[in-house]
Amino acid sequence: MSSTKFILGLFDDPDDMMHGIDKLQKNSIPIYDVYTPMPIHGIEAKLGIKDSRLGYAAFMFGCLGGTTIFILIYYFLVHDWPMNIGGKPHFAVPDFIPATFEWSVLFASFGMGFTFFYATHLFPGRAPRVMDFRATNDRFVIAIDAKGNIPHDDITNLLKEAGAVEVKHNDRKYVSYE
Amino acid sequence: MASHKESIIREPLVTGKDITYAKVTEDVLFPVENKPNKAWWIGFTVASLGACLWVFAVSWTFWYGIGSWGLNKTVGWAWDITGFVWWVGIGHAGTLISAVLLLFRQKWRNSINRSAEAMTIFAVICAATYVVCHMGRPWMALYCLPLPNQYGSLWVNFNSPLIWDVFAISTYFSVSLLFWYTGLLPDIATIRDRGKGWYRRVYSVLSFGWTGSVKTWQRFETVSLILAGISTPLVLSVHSVVSMDFATSLEPGWHTTIFPPYFVAGAIFSGFAMVQTLLLVTRKVLGLENYITMFHIESMNKIILLTGSIVGVAYITEFFIAYYSGGEYEQYTFLNRFIGPYWWAGCMMYGCNVLMTQVMWFKKVRTNIPMSWVLSIIVNIGMWFERFVIIVTSLHRDYLPSSWAMFYPTWVDVSVFIGSIGVFFTLFLLFIRVFLSIAMAEVKLLLKEQSEQAKRKELEEGHLEAEKTAFYKKNLIKFDSVEVSEYENA
Repeated sequence: MSSTKFILGLFDDPDDMMHGIDKLQKNSIPIYDVYTPMPIHGIEAKLGIKDSRLGYAAFMFGCLGGTTIFILIYYFLVHDWPMNIGGKPHFAVPDFIPATFEWSVLFASFGMGFTFFYATHLFPGRAPRVMDFRATNDRFVIAIDAKGNIPHDDITNLLKEAGAVEVKHNDRKYVSYE
Repeated sequence: MASHKESIIREPLVTGKDITYAKVTEDVLFPVENKPNKAWWIGFTVASLGACLWVFAVSWTFWYGIGSWGLNKTVGWAWDITGFVWWVGIGHAGTLISAVLLLFRQKWRNSINRSAEAMTIFAVICAATYVVCHMGRPWMALYCLPLPNQYGSLWVNFNSPLIWDVFAISTYFSVSLLFWYTGLLPDIATIRDRGKGWYRRVYSVLSFGWTGSVKTWQRFETVSLILAGISTPLVLSVHSVVSMDFATSLEPGWHTTIFPPYFVAGAIFSGFAMVQTLLLVTRKVLGLENYITMFHIESMNKIILLTGSIVGVAYITEFFIAYYSGGEYEQYTFLNRFIGPYWWAGCMMYGCNVLMTQVMWFKKVRTNIPMSWVLSIIVNIGMWFERFVIIVTSLHRDYLPSSWAMFYPTWVDVSVFIGSIGVFFTLFLLFIRVFLSIAMAEVKLLLKEQSEQAKRKELEEGHLEAEKTAFYKKNLIKFDSVEVSEYENA
């Protein structure tokens, strides 16, 4: 039994890497994840990853922000302390719009931003779970869980055939841990 | 990624030979991973001296009060609000580049967006300091917020554009910060993965543990797009609200319905000029000629020309409406800009913003680096004078001739302004040293299709129409980072 935990196919070209994904999928080898230095368009469809739902989150947070400040302004200017400004109406909706808009944007942005950080487990101080240090630089890395995916040599050959410049058999999942 | 080929007639966005993904990282991170050069140290020393002057002048203001400024009963608002509006305006270009150009799929934004966003953040910081400074008692800033208090509670007045401004600027600053920092995460991760020891640990914390997995990138792109979508109306609202600080008053020269679009155009105009000022120096000092190419410089000059012309139309409209309204106070205010004691400020405003930028119709000017730089400085000066003219020249002669007065700045006024420029440059220089001046991940996206080498390969393969090839080669002549002679046989 080998001690390999993960097999990494390192590509220097995104098109080759996409080709590699095709090959692996054709051979029914499940892909654990793919790490790239830049976003690769079309990869989600290939890996069967669902669309992000962050847009809905942004919309809901935006509605919440707008409603919150509108209710607050209503409370301040209409209910709690109505001011007589030349006999003009207290409930002057057009005047409420700028602040309502700003808070809609504020809540939508931060609500969505923090949802993104929460869902993706990003926060200051989180130990980075890096499988290969060059994946943020110039390597497009396909990671394959070695457990159950044998024989390893076949996977290595497949990746090499697809154009991988290097295939790594890592004993540790994350190389970033000290 | 089935990379589709871009039409050959489009100019390359990344020039240079043998630009690989690794080379992009090396080039962009060079100033971050190495000791800064002499030019950086000189710049940093001068800028931090300016920042020290700012600290001194602001402390002086807080100690002795607003009386240390040159304000008087007639001109109760002068350099402070001028500086505020100037800085907020400068900030707008960053959001325009990162948000509006993203929505319009302008890929040339990829190599200038991060530093433009940083510029936004620092410009808004400078603007915000003016708001706090002019309160004289800085802790009074809390009273801008609708917080429960012992007076009733007496709430802030949401009918006032000044309160809208508090909300607009604070939202703008925080959303820009989020946009900028989220965009920085993948690039900070690159610095982290190349570093060692404590250096890696610091960037590890800053990188939030970014890995670059498929799901992360997918969400990242969604977040960027939505943030761009909501930042676009936000940035327009911010300067509209700033303009309403003036436009909702009954002051001749301020009480103008054209103010919101006029201010927004002016803001983008001055912001792009500041981006140009900064990036022309940055590209030279950091050797980034292959990433911030002549195409970028020319495109920015075109935007400066366009927005400068919009501002020009707004000026003419103002004059026409002053004449057409038949209001004598309105007419006098606009006439006073030329025949009054501040005629020189009026000349600076109209001359720098409208007349000088019209030379950008000439391609020779747009693609000339020293001239572009000088023009960008001229625009910055002109836009400062625009605000000065709108504010001081309108105020100094009001309805009552007995109260007419002039405004003379004191050394504190001048120092706060010069100092704020120092603060801005200190922050910017630290930024390009600690983080990075170019969004690497986004530039890497361009390599396969929009780079010079990709297009060159296409040329060498043949199969292209001769007319289009000739057009492409003709366009390359203006690039200072391309050896045109190599293309003769290609």
